[in-house]
Amino acid sequence: MTEPLVNIAGVRLAYGGGAGTLAVDGLDLSVGPGECAAVVGPSGCGKSSLMKLVNGLMPPTAGTIHVAGKRVDGPLKIVGMAFQNPTLLPWRSTLDNLLLPLEIVEPYRGRIRRERKAFEAEARALLSTVGLAGFEKSLPRQLSGGMQQRASLCRALIHNPALLMLDEPFGALDAFTREELWDVLQRVWMERRFTTILVTHDLREAVYLADTVHVMSARPGRIVTRRRVDFPRPRTLQTAMLPEFTDLVNGLREQIRLERDDAAAAKESEAVR
Amino acid sequence: MIPSVRRNLGTAMPWLIVIVGLLLWEASCRAFDMPEFVLPRPSRIIEALIADFGAIWFHAQHTLITTVTGFILAVLFGLVLGILIGSSQLAYQGLYPLLVGFNSVPKVALVPLMVVWFGIGTAPAVLTAFMLSFFPVAVNVATGLATLEPELEDVLRSLGATRRDIVVKVGLPRAMPYFFASLKVAITLAFVGSVIAETLASNEGIGTLVEQASANFRVPLVFAGLFVVSAMGILMYVGFAMIERRVTGWAIRPVDFGIGG
Repeated sequence: MTEPLVNIAGVRLAYGGGAGTLAVDGLDLSVGPGECAAVVGPSGCGKSSLMKLVNGLMPPTAGTIHVAGKRVDGPLKIVGMAFQNPTLLPWRSTLDNLLLPLEIVEPYRGRIRRERKAFEAEARALLSTVGLAGFEKSLPRQLSGGMQQRASLCRALIHNPALLMLDEPFGALDAFTREELWDVLQRVWMERRFTTILVTHDLREAVYLADTVHVMSARPGRIVTRRRVDFPRPRTLQTAMLPEFTDLVNGLREQIRLERDDAAAAKESEAVR
Repeated sequence: MIPSVRRNLGTAMPWLIVIVGLLLWEASCRAFDMPEFVLPRPSRIIEALIADFGAIWFHAQHTLITTVTGFILAVLFGLVLGILIGSSQLAYQGLYPLLVGFNSVPKVALVPLMVVWFGIGTAPAVLTAFMLSFFPVAVNVATGLATLEPELEDVLRSLGATRRDIVVKVGLPRAMPYFFASLKVAITLAFVGSVIAETLASNEGIGTLVEQASANFRVPLVFAGLFVVSAMGILMYVGFAMIERRVTGWAIRPVDFGIGG
C-alpha cells in the first residue's frame, strides 16, 4: 500500500488550552496521494478545525499530523485553500488575483519579477480550464458568484499544491451553479490529480466528488464511518440519478442523523447526572 | 428623468442651494432691518471681500500654508499610527484608549500651552491643525487593516506570508478607501484647528483677521474671512475626492452599473 499523503493520528484539539472546549478528539484520518476525500458531519463538528490542523495554522493539543511524510509543525506551503467566501482582492483583476500566491510562496516569489510573463501564461491556461478565458482583466465585482468561486479555485491551485483543501467551497452558490462547479472541480482534479480534502455538508456533493466519504461525529469531532465511493469517472448528473448513488447518500444522511441524536442523548444523560 | 439632465442637475444643485440661501439671507436682513454689526447682508459681505481683498488674500495664504503643513504632518503620523494599531493587536489594546483620551481633550485648551512652548505665531497653528486631524486618519487606516477576512489571512499565512507581506499586499490596498475618506474629514478639521489657534495666538492668518475685525465691529469682514476659509475647505475636499476616485475606483460602484448588469 502506498504511503498516505495526509495522515492524522489520534488528534485532539482543545480551544483555549488543554482544559478548554474540545473541537476534535481521537481524530484519525488518512488520505492517499491523488485521492479526493470528503469530510461530512453535523454542523459544529469541528470540520473547519480540521482544515486549520492539516495546513498547520493551528497545532494539535495531542496526536500527530503528517503531510507528505513530514510532521506538521507550522504553515504548510504545499497546500492550496478555497472557502465558501471567494476572498478575491477587489482591486486586482482576475489574473492578478491568481498571481497573488506566487508573489508570496517560495520558490515562485524570488522568480516572479523575471518570469512574470511565463506565470501569467500559466494563470491564463488555468483560467481557461475552469471556463474563465476572456475574464483575465475583469475585476471580481464584474464576475458572478460562480465565476468568483472558479477564480478562487484557480488561485488555490496556481502554485501546484500537492494538497487542495476546500471548506464548503460551493455552499453559497445556487443549485445549478453548484452542480456546474462540481464538474469543473472534477475535471481539473482528473487532469492534475492533486490530493483533495473537501469539507462539506452537502452529501450529494461529497458522494459526487469523493473517492472516500468520512463522516464526522458531533463535537468533539472524530471520524465514525468511512464509505468508499466507486462510481467510475468522470461522474455526471446521470451518475447522481443512479439508485446506488441515492442509496449511498441516504445511508450517509441516516448515519449523520444517528450521530446527532446520540450526541443529544449523551448531553441529556449528562444533564440528568 | 433623463439621466443626463439628472446628472447636470446634480452638479448644479450645490450652487443653486448656495445662491437661493444667500438670496433668502439678503431678503430677510432687508425685511427685518437687521443691524449690520449683528448680521450683515451677503451683499455687504461681498463688498467687504472686494474692498479688503489684499488683506484677506495675505491672511488666507498664511492660513492655507499653516493648515496644509499641519495636515501633511497629520497624514504621515496618522498613517504610521494607523498601520501600527491596525496590524498589531497588542498596539491596538495599548494605544487605543490613550488615543481616545487624547482626542477628547479640547484642543483650544492646549493652544495657551503651545504658546508657552513655542511662542506666538505659526507653530501653535500648525500643531493645532495637526492634533485635530491625525485622529480620523489613524482610526480609518486601522479599521481598514483590521477588517481583513480571516479566511484570506489563513490563505496567505499558509503560503508563508510574513506580517509585512500581509500588510503590504492586502492590508494597505484594502485600507485605501478608508484612508481617502478620512482625508476629506481630516482636511476640514485641519482648517478648524489652524483658525482656532490663529484666533488665540497669532498675528497672521484668517483667525487673526476675524478676531481683529470683530473687535472693531467690522462684522462684514468677519463673515468675509469665514467665507474664504469655507471656500478653501471645499476646494481641498473636492481635490481629495477626485484623487480618491482615481486611486480607489475599485471600491466605488459605477453609477450605471445596475443597468449594465
